[in-house]
Amino acid sequence: MSVATSRISVQGSEPVFHVIDEHDHPEGASTMLGFWIYLMSDCLIFAMLFATYGVLGGNYAAGPAPKDLFDLKLVALNTTMLLLSSITYGFAMLTMEKSKIGQTQLWLAITGLFGLAFLGIELTEFAHMIHEGATPQRSAFLSSFFTLVGTHGLHVTFGLVWLVTLMVQTARFGLTTANRRRLMCLSMFWHFLDVVWIGVFTFVYLLGMLR
Amino acid sequence: MTTDSHALHSNDGHGHDDHGGAAHGSLKSYLIGFGLSVILTAVPFWLVMTGTIADKAVTALIVLVLAAVQIVVHMVYFLHMNTRSENGWTMMAMIFTVVMVVIALTGSLWVMHHLNINMMPMHDMSQMP
Repeated sequence: MSVATSRISVQGSEPVFHVIDEHDHPEGASTMLGFWIYLMSDCLIFAMLFATYGVLGGNYAAGPAPKDLFDLKLVALNTTMLLLSSITYGFAMLTMEKSKIGQTQLWLAITGLFGLAFLGIELTEFAHMIHEGATPQRSAFLSSFFTLVGTHGLHVTFGLVWLVTLMVQTARFGLTTANRRRLMCLSMFWHFLDVVWIGVFTFVYLLGMLR
Repeated sequence: MTTDSHALHSNDGHGHDDHGGAAHGSLKSYLIGFGLSVILTAVPFWLVMTGTIADKAVTALIVLVLAAVQIVVHMVYFLHMNTRSENGWTMMAMIFTVVMVVIALTGSLWVMHHLNINMMPMHDMSQMP
């Protein structure tokens, strides 16, 4: 490139200090990095919610404490659902690489069912807590609890919407390059939610029961 | 020269691989990750639910360490984190995020803990008019 630049300037025309020929970027080449940076920013949102819970988590306002509310068996079941959905999404990725569209769809569907089971158990837990009067308005502990766990649940919900969308896309257009890229983004999103859940069950549930 | 190499990139479907793109897992790595995750999840739940260790502080410490290990396991085996993918930029972004998270978390907890300690005693508030 420097040769071309110097040759042009020698000829007396306008010197060019940048690459002239169009630099070809294949479509979606930077998507994975961009999506990773989005996940990192999402990580900061959760870090703030964890910090809020860490500060307010002990302020019960003479209301119910973690020991009165949490059922660890239910949380263990919930954690199992999310962990299983992580490995089944991994299987979906492996079959996608082998271009087996039927198996990919099957694993995606199983992942979706595990995700749905997770959400169902979480909503049952929330409904049970609210029925007992442990609403988000009851104490600072409960406000921060519902915000943190609810935000995670909302992420899973949108992950499920995305999953169904991609299954329809894959059914209609097949495992095209674009669809593979989208499925890989969702894969990162899904595994990331599992990582956040590790923080939730450790800090909120397990340490809450020890308090 | 540049045109040729980029033509090559766009011809094969996995152009991003040549740019040092996202790594892919194998069945073995997924299963290893899953096995480790199951153990690292089951042990803390078992510790807390049965109360095997009488000292709660020790239990809490073990639970926290296991969670940290499990997060690393998920990062490596499920999210395929390594120093090579995207020419190291994913690792850079993650290190930056971890630094931010540590500053925000420890800072918030530290400052708010000291605010709590230095607060006026709360039990007199109910007697006030």
